[in-house]
Amino acid sequence: MAIDFKQVDFTYQPGTPFATQALTDINVTIPDGSYTALIGHTGSGKSTLLQHLNALLKPTAGTVTIGDRVITPETSNKDLKALRRHVGIVFQFPESQLFEETVEKDIAFGPQNFGVSEADALKTAAEMLDLVGLDRDLLQRSPFDLSGGQMRRVAIAGVLAMAPQVLVLDEPTAGLDPQGRLDMMEMFANLRYERHLTVVLVTHQMDDVANYADNVIVMDHGKVVKTGTPQDIFKDPDWLVAHHLGLPKTTAFAQQLMARGIQFDQMPLTEDQLAQALVQQLPVQQLGGATDDE
Amino acid sequence: MMNKLIFGRFIPGDSVIHHMDPRAKLLLSFYFIGIIFIANNWPTYVLLFVFTLLAIKLSGVKWSFFINGVKPLIWLILFTVILQVLFSASGGHVYFHWGIITISQLGLINGVYIFCRFVLIIFMSTLLTLTTPPLELSDAIEYILMPLKVVHFPVYEVALMLSIALRFVPTLMDETEKIMNAQRARGVDFGEGNIFQQMRAVVPLLIPLFVSSFNRAEDLATAMEARGYQGGEGRSKFRILKWQARDTWATLAFAVLTAALIFLRA
Repeated sequence: MAIDFKQVDFTYQPGTPFATQALTDINVTIPDGSYTALIGHTGSGKSTLLQHLNALLKPTAGTVTIGDRVITPETSNKDLKALRRHVGIVFQFPESQLFEETVEKDIAFGPQNFGVSEADALKTAAEMLDLVGLDRDLLQRSPFDLSGGQMRRVAIAGVLAMAPQVLVLDEPTAGLDPQGRLDMMEMFANLRYERHLTVVLVTHQMDDVANYADNVIVMDHGKVVKTGTPQDIFKDPDWLVAHHLGLPKTTAFAQQLMARGIQFDQMPLTEDQLAQALVQQLPVQQLGGATDDE
Repeated sequence: MMNKLIFGRFIPGDSVIHHMDPRAKLLLSFYFIGIIFIANNWPTYVLLFVFTLLAIKLSGVKWSFFINGVKPLIWLILFTVILQVLFSASGGHVYFHWGIITISQLGLINGVYIFCRFVLIIFMSTLLTLTTPPLELSDAIEYILMPLKVVHFPVYEVALMLSIALRFVPTLMDETEKIMNAQRARGVDFGEGNIFQQMRAVVPLLIPLFVSSFNRAEDLATAMEARGYQGGEGRSKFRILKWQARDTWATLAFAVLTAALIFLRA
């Protein structure tokens, strides 16, 4: 499901003395099936944009097209439910949204709101638990007995249980340990192919952007300042610094190598790409030449 | 939703009123509400309005804030005024009479007076909250409650609770908004359906809010103990309230106002 923004403006508390404009003239498309990363400095409007993706906020000007639904400033708050089923949002620290007595019921809560029968929803809940890598023994436990990482997985399972076509993730790995972080990012990448999802990831981790995304939207001061592939975005380090962004670790390292005379045809974004590029450049005769010197 | 409310907000500024001692502001605001009831004729109400508008002018806060402060309460005000107009004892010229409903000259005048009182009280209390940071207010309340220590009233504890509560109001509002959005994304309709459906919809909001408040309280208590907090007795203060010349002048202005009101009163 593609999502298209046309000349979208958004103002918080319009018409009051506290009015603040959070989005200005947003024109951007999130293609169907893409893995789009949304990056930008804190307060650049990422989270505001994210809430437009399933009409939690409606634009104060312009239109947002989600699949075949068009959201305008005049769209009524009724019958947006169908839309929200198709766009699942995992908010920052989603563990704070758990409330049911058991893990099972909490995961089944979303589907039941969208009219799935209780039996079916509970069945899905068990499957979702496998999907996020938790033991089925946890089904009957209270979500408040779990560890932070487990709670996070249950919350994500609750969103996945609605079987959304678009999965929006707002810093899903914030506050997790390195292994948990890697597991979770791998899980999303796999889900994308298994379920043909469109993924939108809001993150400050440039490594994740380089490793997983194929489309990047850069925001600054409520405006979209650049869109393109990770290659396009990360090839200009000075521009990134000007917009308070960093480079992926690999690219930063490649930059240092370039400063010492090593050339790359294409800026390496992942460790694999960097290793490949370096291996190709190793002079073959020098490997054998070490013995000649003696 | 809730953030449309102007009443009770603080607007940073740099005026005489902003720099006044919060104790003076708090006490004088209460005093003002008291002396409004001295007024009972046109000259006294005009005087009170001139005084209030002057204070607002001095604060440098935009007029629109005050108008917006009255807006949410306008129905309550009109309701009271209309009751007063329709049902007050007849006096002066009677314009209309039907059953128990009487519109008389006295009733109309009383209605207008009540309207003025409401507006004055709202303007003055809005001025207090718009120009005083919540923490300063809680400092002022702590100071004013001090005499109650004689009767073993836990002043420090109350003051601490008050300042923590004030500090966490915006945090909890943000949290509420966040959880509400998360649950809406999971298909909850807030504020729709009949009263029972609406009450059921609040459960997925309330439980996470309570849970996070408990967690927050625990974390905060741990952090406070780790920083050596052992109770209110024997602590020194970082924010020290200072009574300055401008506060004395303000008090004098109120004294003059009171005298003038008593003089002009019918």
